[in-house]
Amino acid sequence: MNGMVQSPMLPDLYKVQLVRRETDDTFTLELGPTAGRQPFRFSAGQFNMLYVHGIGEVPISISGDPGRPGMLVHTTRAVGAVTRAMRTLKKGDTLGVRGPFGIGWPVEEAVGHDVLVVAGGIGLAPLRPTIYQLIANRDRYGKVVILYGTRTPADILFRKEVEAWRARLDIEVYVTVDRATEGWHGNVGVVTRLIPKAPFDRTRTVAMICGPEIMMRFTALELEKRGVGTDHIYLSMERNMKCGIGLCGHCQCGSTFICKDGPVFRYDAIQGLLSQREI
Amino acid sequence: MHTLEPILAEHPFLKGLKQEHLELLTGCASNIRFDAGAFVFRQGQEANHFYILRDGKVAVELFAPQKGAVAIDTYGEGDVLGWSWLIPPYHWRFDARAIEPTRAIALDAKCMRTKCENDHDLGYELMKRFAKIIEQRLDATRWQLLDVYGVRA
Repeated sequence: MNGMVQSPMLPDLYKVQLVRRETDDTFTLELGPTAGRQPFRFSAGQFNMLYVHGIGEVPISISGDPGRPGMLVHTTRAVGAVTRAMRTLKKGDTLGVRGPFGIGWPVEEAVGHDVLVVAGGIGLAPLRPTIYQLIANRDRYGKVVILYGTRTPADILFRKEVEAWRARLDIEVYVTVDRATEGWHGNVGVVTRLIPKAPFDRTRTVAMICGPEIMMRFTALELEKRGVGTDHIYLSMERNMKCGIGLCGHCQCGSTFICKDGPVFRYDAIQGLLSQREI
Repeated sequence: MHTLEPILAEHPFLKGLKQEHLELLTGCASNIRFDAGAFVFRQGQEANHFYILRDGKVAVELFAPQKGAVAIDTYGEGDVLGWSWLIPPYHWRFDARAIEPTRAIALDAKCMRTKCENDHDLGYELMKRFAKIIEQRLDATRWQLLDVYGVRA
């Protein structure tokens, strides 16, 4: 709990520094600690429970840079009562934060390997901290390839950053959209179509996937087909997380608790659960 | 004399094809280039070729009134473009337009159909390979229809 000994159910207060609209329905919140708080240390892929006073609490992945713990960054879609209220927050407003929770991306385990990052839609947000780390420690990894699929060109998240990553000579970035609009000259089609074009060594690649569950399932299957081992594929599961510490059972998926045992899982550990309809 | 056979033999779509079949295919193959903006084929035209893309990018488009040309899919290096040549009445159902300068190997459809009729082993082998591509594209289309990145997906 952020280096402090206190109940994991008790939120810390953070002040909104910035609310930035990313796309039509997504936005980023930059939060700073209130006076006397320590910098917020977290691992790429972890999430926080964010509490809007009087409205409610939601789990949201951290989308900021683990190397810059002074600023807590979350990106989400305005889709329910809490996130819609969150979008209306202004600089100086306060927000409750519990976390960081969960197990993140295998950034350390991937050292020495090629790394394939596959993001779908807003799934780029929980992967962005990993991308920051890969870039900051670029010489520790083999090839780094980012595949990003989204709905339309207007839905591309962190567009300027994606363009900047793409301009680098040491990272391969491929973007595709499900539906093209006028003026789009890039790829059209589902994100798995990019996999055969991606230059990675299937025998020494760690793949990290985040997006809608259907997209992750198809992507993992395609990677398996390409020869990437199921023990080298990781994905981030999303469930109805409430307590964040594996007590309440809301996020239980089979015998695992997504909030505590995940949200990032190795594919071979979760593979069987993905095809079960009842959980 | 240089032929296209080594290039065809290495292409993922044709890899592992018997030598005799490769030779038959090579007899129907020719190099072709498209400038950016050029149509590879147009909806309604006879499907007289299919294409093995070597580099560049081609968009498959549908022209919609008041919307203009809408790109449905894009293909690039290593992809195979077009299967209407296999299915009567052998007419293209969509437009295909190069959106980057594109190099391809064009396979003459009439030549291919004749060779497949004369050699059913070749015909069956090609049909299996095209069925796989059609399956992949059908899967992708179904997935796109789900609109998985939408709010309620």
